[in-house]
Amino acid sequence: MTLISSSTRVIAPLLILLSLVILYRGHNLPGGGFIGGLTAAAAMMLITLNGVPSKFEKHWNNLSLVLIGSGLVTLFCSFLPSLMTGAAFMEAMWLPTVYLPILGKVKLGTPLIFDIGIYLAVIGFSIKCANVFHANSSSETDH
Amino acid sequence: MNLLYLPIILPFVTAVACLEFTRWSKATPVIGTIGAVAQLIGAIYLLDEVLVKELIVGHTGGWAAPVGISFVADKLAVAMVVITAIISVVINLYGWAQLDSALIKKHYFALVHFLLMGVNGAFLTGDLFNLYVWFEVMLIASFVLMTIGGTKAQLEGGVKYLVINLVASVLFLCSVGLIYGKVGTLNMADISYHLRDSVDAHLVNSSGILLLIAFGIKAGLFPFFFWLPASYHTLTPTTLALFAGLLTKVGVYALLRTYTLIFESQFELIQPILIWIAGLTMAVGVMGAASHYNIKKILSFHIISQIGYIMMGIAIATPLAIAGAVFYTLHHIIVKTNLFLIDGMIAKHYGTSDLKKLGGLYKWSPIFALLFFIPAFSLGGIPPLSGFWAKLSLIQAGVEANHYFLVATAGVVGIFTLFSMTKIWAEAFWKKPDPETPKFKLPSLREMTPALILASLTLLIGLNGDALFEFSKSTSNQLLSPEAYVKAVLNK
Repeated sequence: MTLISSSTRVIAPLLILLSLVILYRGHNLPGGGFIGGLTAAAAMMLITLNGVPSKFEKHWNNLSLVLIGSGLVTLFCSFLPSLMTGAAFMEAMWLPTVYLPILGKVKLGTPLIFDIGIYLAVIGFSIKCANVFHANSSSETDH
Repeated sequence: MNLLYLPIILPFVTAVACLEFTRWSKATPVIGTIGAVAQLIGAIYLLDEVLVKELIVGHTGGWAAPVGISFVADKLAVAMVVITAIISVVINLYGWAQLDSALIKKHYFALVHFLLMGVNGAFLTGDLFNLYVWFEVMLIASFVLMTIGGTKAQLEGGVKYLVINLVASVLFLCSVGLIYGKVGTLNMADISYHLRDSVDAHLVNSSGILLLIAFGIKAGLFPFFFWLPASYHTLTPTTLALFAGLLTKVGVYALLRTYTLIFESQFELIQPILIWIAGLTMAVGVMGAASHYNIKKILSFHIISQIGYIMMGIAIATPLAIAGAVFYTLHHIIVKTNLFLIDGMIAKHYGTSDLKKLGGLYKWSPIFALLFFIPAFSLGGIPPLSGFWAKLSLIQAGVEANHYFLVATAGVVGIFTLFSMTKIWAEAFWKKPDPETPKFKLPSLREMTPALILASLTLLIGLNGDALFEFSKSTSNQLLSPEAYVKAVLNK
């Protein structure tokens, strides 16, 4: 087991967890979909560098398109409430704030959906990039 | 009110739908065309509403200007959105008929619709920084479309295009930063409002000139036009027609907006520069065209000289001149796109756009020749086609405002334009064909439909120019009294 594969095992899940925290706090504090997405993308890059487990290899390339597509669809869904209620376009709409035991104050609304859309699209895009570079470098070593 | 955002949302939805259907790539041209038709219907509804209300303002996210990003549809913006939608329909149909399945698989139609989203966004936004963002959306989509074929020539052209456009973006961003530092706002209406009463307003022109350069690069003005003929001739015909029709005109639109709204109070300072740029752009473009023997190159240089005509209207800035510029822009987008569509058909069925190798197209297909004749001689300014009225109004405006130098340039350039079109006509259509070249097959009706639509629009504008000219005049009146725009956006 090389250093990178054993460290990926620990770091990748932590990065993804961190990215979710960054994604969630993003509306009023530094963070948000884009930065959260980049953090998660770092984890994805580590996984790609390390060599995708052969079980997933076939799906890894499709995954990027699925993520970009679903991210953009999620993004569009965040517009729908404002379009349907006749409020200003992209106006933020919030569910009533609830208090949960561990998480504390939980505030859910359209800006979070928007951020999730960005988050998914950014991860998808970076996986696509990693795949392209990975494919190029492995085809070069073949020659 | 949400109608205002339709021209941005619809291309977005279409593009995402095309992405989702990647696996069934044969479906994407259909989705693209349906999306384009929906876009046209949306644009016409918006036009209808703007004609009644004069101005529609939307504050995105419910944040009122100048805090939030405003979107404004005035007559100019909505006219551009409608013409974009028409071009969108035509390009989608043409791409459907002409493109290789390999290109379609590379998300061609999704990219086209992302590009259209950027174009429409640029037309509708009322915020300078947001305009920058839409320019970037356009730039990214257009760069991918430009190099999608992956040939060496395309990559070379694409790199030139990317580098010069990045320079333009940097200058644009610097200018935006400086203007924000000086005025404290980036809402176009708010900048205009602040500059109107400020004693030091002329100082803003130091950063305003950066805007002129940034937009000048995008529009292909003298002396920033070199990238255009260096990169356009490598494009896939469908892409070329789309870019030639719309992209430079976004730069022109931005210039028109800048000098009728943002720096409206400072216009006298910049006018002499604009007049020189207009004259030189016209002359240099047409001279470049005269020296080339490839249809794509000739038409690319003509984009530049035609942009010069539009700039002439912007530079003279009397009501008639601005009306002429608006009319010219609308006429030019239709004609230019059409000429490149026709060139694409010639290139596909003949394998070349080189005038020396072409010949005898008229003998083989008089209908196709007629199809070329209409846009080509409309561009050349032959009455009663649309280009004649466009040029006439600009020249009349020039004479009324005593800009005889510009008028003379426009006249001479007009003759040279006609000369260029005659050159293509004589070489490709009239000349005896080289016996070794294969026989030209008439493109299928499906391929010709887009060109037919545009040619009939050109004829319609030519024979019934009054209606469009009345509209251009009322657009020009609206542009030259920006107080209403400022009041509608800022609510004061």
